[in-house]
Amino acid sequence: MSLMLEPSPTLIKEEKIYRDMGLTDEEFAMIEKILGRLPNYTETGIFSVMWSEHCSYKNSKPVLKKFPTEGEKVLQGPGEGAGIVDIGDGLAVVFKIESHNHPSAIEPYQGAATGVGGIIRDVFSMGARPIALLNSLRFGELTSPRVKYLFENVVAGIAGYGNCVGIPTVGGEVQFDPAYEGNPLVNAMCVGIIRHEEIQRGVASGVGNTVMYVGAKTGRDGIHGATFASEELTEQSEEKRPAVQVGDPFMEKLLLEACLEVVKSDALVGIQDMGAAGLTSSSAEMASKAGFGIEMNLDLVPQREAGMTPYEMMLSESQERMLLVVKKGREQEIYDLFAKYGLEAKAIGKVTDDKMLRLYFRGEVAAEIPVDALAKDAPVYHKPSKEPAYYREFQEMAPYVPTVENYEETLLSLLAQPTIASKEWVYEQYDYMVRTNTVVAPGSDAAVIRIRGTNKALAMTTDCNSRYIYLDPETGGKIAVAEAARNVVCSGAKPLAITDCLNFGNPEKPEIFWQLEKAVDGMSAACRMLETPVISGNVSLYNETNGEAVYPTPVVGMVGLVEDLAHITTQEFKQAGDLIYVIGEAKPEFGGSELQKLLNGNIFGKAPSLDLEIEVTRQKELLAAIRAGVVASAHDIAEGGFAVALAECVMNANGLGAKVTINGDAVTELFSEAQSRFIVSVKKEHQAEFERLVEAKLIGEVTADALLHIENEQGEKVVHLPVEQMRSVWKGAIPCLLKSKA
Amino acid sequence: MKFAVIVFPGSNCDVDMYHAIKDELGEEVEYVWHDAESLDEFDGILLPGGFSYGDYLRSGAIARFSNVMKAIMKAAEEGKPILGVCNGFQILLEAGLLPGAMRRNNSLKFICRPVELRVENNETMFTSAYEMGEIITIPIAHGEGNYYCEQETLNKLIANRQIVFRYHNENPNGSLEDIAGIINEKGNVLGMMPHPERAVDELLGSADGLKLFQSIVKYWREAHVVNA
Repeated sequence: MSLMLEPSPTLIKEEKIYRDMGLTDEEFAMIEKILGRLPNYTETGIFSVMWSEHCSYKNSKPVLKKFPTEGEKVLQGPGEGAGIVDIGDGLAVVFKIESHNHPSAIEPYQGAATGVGGIIRDVFSMGARPIALLNSLRFGELTSPRVKYLFENVVAGIAGYGNCVGIPTVGGEVQFDPAYEGNPLVNAMCVGIIRHEEIQRGVASGVGNTVMYVGAKTGRDGIHGATFASEELTEQSEEKRPAVQVGDPFMEKLLLEACLEVVKSDALVGIQDMGAAGLTSSSAEMASKAGFGIEMNLDLVPQREAGMTPYEMMLSESQERMLLVVKKGREQEIYDLFAKYGLEAKAIGKVTDDKMLRLYFRGEVAAEIPVDALAKDAPVYHKPSKEPAYYREFQEMAPYVPTVENYEETLLSLLAQPTIASKEWVYEQYDYMVRTNTVVAPGSDAAVIRIRGTNKALAMTTDCNSRYIYLDPETGGKIAVAEAARNVVCSGAKPLAITDCLNFGNPEKPEIFWQLEKAVDGMSAACRMLETPVISGNVSLYNETNGEAVYPTPVVGMVGLVEDLAHITTQEFKQAGDLIYVIGEAKPEFGGSELQKLLNGNIFGKAPSLDLEIEVTRQKELLAAIRAGVVASAHDIAEGGFAVALAECVMNANGLGAKVTINGDAVTELFSEAQSRFIVSVKKEHQAEFERLVEAKLIGEVTADALLHIENEQGEKVVHLPVEQMRSVWKGAIPCLLKSKA
Repeated sequence: MKFAVIVFPGSNCDVDMYHAIKDELGEEVEYVWHDAESLDEFDGILLPGGFSYGDYLRSGAIARFSNVMKAIMKAAEEGKPILGVCNGFQILLEAGLLPGAMRRNNSLKFICRPVELRVENNETMFTSAYEMGEIITIPIAHGEGNYYCEQETLNKLIANRQIVFRYHNENPNGSLEDIAGIINEKGNVLGMMPHPERAVDELLGSADGLKLFQSIVKYWREAHVVNA
């Protein structure tokens, strides 16, 4: 659109053009009041993106305040590119998770790729070296051609970007449920390492300092991406394909290496990624945080195409761009440094003291807005909340009692459920080894990355069982955090902190807002008990297609510290003759379970219960035993229950089997998803010490015959299956579904 | 012995190669930026994996025009050991230091996993520490490792024992004759898709790649004792 065609301020108001950009009548009136005049087209666009949910968290802010964000080791909580936690030796771990759901629903390859790119920049803009990527994905059932297309291309996009930049993709989760049919979720997490003294912040301070633009040129892609991310998907969303950005991982790699060199220079004052709402959010946020203003000359912005307007430049979400503030007089050093990587840094403005964002274009002022109005003073809404009718109904239902006739067939069917099945097809497309620090590769409970130059490692995972959260957001929220911690503990690490990505439906619906509130309450309670504060996060609302919301999906990304490489533990059994223990009791809890879905095709009833005190005790005991060197393998019992977890312990081992005895109701023992449980194997010589440290029940032994044999107290066979048969079903399920014609 | 790890824009296994040499092999090593004029001070040249120049156009196609390639050509003529892994192999093919070309994996997908290789020739400066026919586990991580050459070239490769590694049991990418790594006629330039530098530490799953680097050092030491 050329300048001549932009509607006048009067027309914007009269024709309510701001509504198309996502602003309400009340918000427009507020803008008029803030400016003391009508905003022009560029200013209206700037306000609309900065006040979108995606940038301002206007609907979620009051809820997010409930999260515990402080801890002894937290060096940086929410509010910056990523959170930071101290890990000793002068080092810290930096991490954050972010969504790219809407773009991926429309253009899965680029949507997912640029999601990875964005989260990497959030981490290196803090000055940290990215060391690992994880993700959390949700799709509809793998039976429709559209879902297969989305799944294959999202995975390819993640691989295409991460592999090229050279950061290993080491972990994640993928779940399939009809609730995500039209609105897949694509959350990407990045973990980095930094020396304390190199921590950067996104601030624009020091009057007269130079504002610099680095990286890819600004194009017309991704315009209004943040606004698009803040509305429901409809049949017309396909038309918004131009709001999806295109990624260039090669440019990202150059930018990454150059920025990690520039953060070592004291000429740098502040640095921030041009993420959602690009040039607008980076400049306004950097100035607002520092208490200064910014002035930019848009004619100097590197542009990919001719004739771009201020509106387009400010709202573009072209990828691989960074905004820097550099000490006045030191610009040449920065130019030279970027030139080494074939990149051009360009001075486009300066820091001012009047707290205004002022933009010049062709010699005239194109926009003039108080920075605080765009950033910290953006509107905040307290949305009405209402308990949904379905929740009451589920709570009042009689407990669900599944009937299982053939335990072996049921176990095999569960292993073939795409949510449980091996994700090898996915993670083999990711270079999970590059940088050669991956000690535990994808497929175990958490991935483990050693920290070179130390004897330590980091365990990391993403988790969220959204079915439980749908049934009962508060309990489900607790479980999401607790399960992430179980995975980290099973790997031999002490949980440090979490990052979260809150994927929900339209918050303007009181029932959805209620889910958000309750889930956050549950997560907060678990974070307090497990001493894992929330150090960063992202909110993705409006995940709805034609009015149908996804399951509430607050994904938890957790990182833990392995104090000694010798503590690293994996899930598979190690040696025949080792004793098998189970920690925790099975209870007849099947609401939201894989078994319930398998038998009924849908889920209902109560989510499994969780006692956080018991959870903490069990995790502490297990970690103490791992650290004492008396645990050979550890695995948490999750989707599919005990039988699936035990199968995983043998399917991932080489030529081993298990012989165990269960007592009590077989269906409950085998398939209940009762919480806070683990399967552990222990060498015979460590039996006494293990039993002294952990309250656990001895149930059997690892065998050398590659058979899974489960019997009851009477010695009757319950399950007797060759490991190879289970493995072929479990590994074959996803490739098989992808090949079959719908 | 002093190694150079060549760093092109977009190389990303440079760090892995560097640490394999420095930490596990215990030899001298330096990163050399793609615009370097000379490699005279180095005894061995390593071209690491990654996505040089984004692998835009074709893997390795742009990297072969970088300045350092002249110095690499010279080192090849002088008989210095030159190892190209993954993208490094692709660059050696594009530069004509090795015959043949790479196609996309037959699955059309990037594949990352440990694979088994069979040592087909242990009489090279890169493989003397292995047994003939030894089966080793080395990871692959590539999207374009499906090696191809014309029949005439293949006949030569076979006749001259230039096929140094073959995939064992399962061919992951569809490469001709299960080829995983080949050497030039002179015997000093080796290109391979699997990553020996990722298999130098049992902690990460395998140390089978270490012998490859040890072979290079052994060759170099012997050559220098003879010349001394």
